[in-house]
Amino acid sequence: MESDGELLRRLRAGDEGAFVLLVERHNGAMLRLALSFVPSRAVAEEVVQDTWLAALRGLAAFEGRSSLKTWLFTILVNRARTTGVRESRSVPIADAGPVVDASRFGPDGAWATPPEHWIEEAENRIDAVKLSDLLRVVLDTLPERQREVVLLRDVEELTSADVCQVLAISEANQRVLLHRGRARLRQALESELGGAPR
Amino acid sequence: MSIGFPRLRARSGRPELVCRQVVELVTDYLEDALSADDRRRFERHLAGCPHCTEYLAQMRETIRLAGRVAPEDLTPVMRADLTELYRRWRAEG
Repeated sequence: MESDGELLRRLRAGDEGAFVLLVERHNGAMLRLALSFVPSRAVAEEVVQDTWLAALRGLAAFEGRSSLKTWLFTILVNRARTTGVRESRSVPIADAGPVVDASRFGPDGAWATPPEHWIEEAENRIDAVKLSDLLRVVLDTLPERQREVVLLRDVEELTSADVCQVLAISEANQRVLLHRGRARLRQALESELGGAPR
Repeated sequence: MSIGFPRLRARSGRPELVCRQVVELVTDYLEDALSADDRRRFERHLAGCPHCTEYLAQMRETIRLAGRVAPEDLTPVMRADLTELYRRWRAEG
């Protein structure tokens, strides 16, 4: 498989086929990311198209200091934030407090209501499509900034440095958002899948 | 504190972590952002706590599952639109 760098070289030389290959490689993830930023599929597709156009126009300026994927995501996130701002379903105030409900611990700080088991359920008893759909729904319930970080880090598997670059946030901030987002995601999975006999 | 009480003090003099604190340190642990001392306290707690061990395993599973969200298909319409977009861009010169 040709590297992104090689395809970019061909693209700069005016090779349409290289563009199509890059689209095939990255469009699916871009659309997945866009869908979580904007209210509808139509708008998400528009954002992705805008991103490709901006990338083509900025091609000469792309120095390859970040990966192509990170660069595309950076453009996409900026576009999505200005184009199709979601109706704020999540209260934008800082989400403080413990990530696991305090009532689950006894006065000594030990688990009183320990985590319900669900890993086996997720791995063996739920098919991939259902699981993917469930995760999508659950991701959608996260507060926006947490969702952005979890999406880039855990769904798109960017490094923390790249996530910080795409979202223009600090490492510490990224870690806090990731912590809260992942904890919510775990809780949602426990609520959906937990309660299996031990 | 009486001898034999589960919350012993570590040699450093800092009290051992309790579960409520451990769950707040999970991300720092996974991101390798804990100090060596805190990392040892974290791991010492896990060694004696099946519930926190389960919690950490579930956190790892959560991360792994997140990576399984399927990318969107490239529909023929989108492919055609993007090819068209490329040609328009080329025409921009």
